[in-house]
Amino acid sequence: MAAVVLTLQLAGLTTLILLVLGTPLAWWLARTRSWAKGPVGAVVALPLVLPPTVLGFYLLVTMGPDGPVGRATQALGIGLLPFSFAGLVVGSVLYSLPFVVQPLQNAFEAIGDRPLEAAATLRASPLDTFFSVVVPLARPGYLTATVMGFAHTVGEFGVVLMIGGNIPGQTRVVSVQIYDHVEALEYTQAHWLAGGMVVFSFTVLLALYLLNPTGKRAR
Amino acid sequence: MISLRICFAATLAALFLAPALRAETVQVAVAANFTAPMKQIASAFEKDTRHKVQLSSGATGKFYAQIRSGAPFDVFLSADAETPARLDAEGATVAGSRFTYATGRLVLWSPRAGVVDSRGDVLRTNTFRHVAIAAPRLAPYGAAAVQALGRLGLLAAVEPKFVQGESIGQTFGFVASGNAELGFVALSQVYENGQIKSGSGWVVPTDLHSPLRQDAVLLARGKDNPAAVALMRYLQTDLVRAMIRAYGYEV
Repeated sequence: MAAVVLTLQLAGLTTLILLVLGTPLAWWLARTRSWAKGPVGAVVALPLVLPPTVLGFYLLVTMGPDGPVGRATQALGIGLLPFSFAGLVVGSVLYSLPFVVQPLQNAFEAIGDRPLEAAATLRASPLDTFFSVVVPLARPGYLTATVMGFAHTVGEFGVVLMIGGNIPGQTRVVSVQIYDHVEALEYTQAHWLAGGMVVFSFTVLLALYLLNPTGKRAR
Repeated sequence: MISLRICFAATLAALFLAPALRAETVQVAVAANFTAPMKQIASAFEKDTRHKVQLSSGATGKFYAQIRSGAPFDVFLSADAETPARLDAEGATVAGSRFTYATGRLVLWSPRAGVVDSRGDVLRTNTFRHVAIAAPRLAPYGAAAVQALGRLGLLAAVEPKFVQGESIGQTFGFVASGNAELGFVALSQVYENGQIKSGSGWVVPTDLHSPLRQDAVLLARGKDNPAAVALMRYLQTDLVRAMIRAYGYEV
C-alpha cells in the first residue's frame, strides 16, 4: 500500500512540475522561428527513444558524488539525489517530459495566429491573452498532457530501479515492487499489483479518449 | 585477399567438419557474481575440448522462472544451493548431477581507501549515509549481509541506511559509482590476484553468516549434450578449482 501511495505522490508531483515547466517550453517550441527549435525539440523527444537504462545510468553518474549535478547539490547543501524521493522526481520529470510538452506544443500550434491577433487588437496584454485565450483553447492539450504525464510516470520502471535503491516509503514504487515480487516468485502479490496497473492504465486511457472527443484531440 | 579466402575456407571447413569432431554448444545460465570467473573457465574449456560455450548471466531467481518456463539452458550455475535443489525436486534436472562449484565470500567494500577498516568497525559509526546491499529476499549475498549484521547486533542501526540493488551486480554499481559510500558485495567483484584490488574492504568472517554455497546442476535439456556433460566434469577439475579460488571463492 505504501508503494501505491508513493507512486501516486511521485506521479502527481512530477505532472505538476512538468505542467509548470512544460507550458513555457511548449509555447516557445510552438511559436519560435529560431534555428534552435529543431535541436530543442529533439532533446525534448529523446526520452521517447532512449532506453530508460541510458537515462538511469547517466542520472546515477551525474547525480553521484563525482558528477556535476552531484557536486552542485552537495555544494548547495541538498546532499546527493540518488536513493531519495527528490531524485526520483528529477528522474521522472526528464523521463516524462515529452509526454507533457508534445501535446501542449501541438495544442498551441493548432490555435494559430488569429485568436492572438484578435486579442491583441482588444488590447489584451500577452499574459492576459495567454491565460484567457490560449489556455482555454488548449484545454484538450492540457488534458492529454496531464493524463499522459501522470500515467507514464506511474508506469516508470527502469529509471527508478537504477537510481532508487528500493527503499520502502521513499523510492519503492509499484513497478519496482512488482518486479521484486516476481523475482521472489511471489506471484500472487505480483498478480494483484500488476492487474491493478493494467486496470488503472486502461481506465486512464479510456477516460482520456472519452473526455477528448476526436477532432479536438491535440495530436 | 588471400587471408580472406583462407578465412572463408576455414569457416566452411569448420561448418562442415564441426559435427565430425563432435563439437557441441552448451548454453549456460550463470549467476551474476560468477560471470567473470566463468568467462575465463569457458574460454579454457573451449580451447581444451573444442566445444562451444554460450553464457547468459543474471539473477538466480530470474533464471529459475525462465528454466521452469522452458528456457534453453543446459547447465545452471546458481548463486545459491536452494534453487538447484528446488529444480531437482521438480524434476527439471538430471538427478545426481548437482554439486557445489564455489562458496562465495561476502565483503563490506568502499571504492575509497581508508573508509572500511579491517574489522568492519565503520558499521558502528555514523560516518556514512548509505550502505548498499543486494535485496535480501532475492539475493543470497544480501541475505548473508542481513544475517551478519544481525549477529553483530547492528541490524536495527544500519537497516535505515540500506539501499537495495536487485542483484549483486547492481549493488556493486551503487557502491562503485560512489552513490553509496560502502556496500556488501561479493568478494569476487573486488578481488584480484589474492587481494582486494582497489579501495578498502572487510571480508566478513564466515561464522557471521551461513555459507554462500553456490551449486551447479545439469538441466534436463542438457542430458544428452556431450558439451554440457563435459563442462560439468570440467568444473570439478583441479585446474578450474584453482581458477575459481583466484577470484576469491572457496572451493
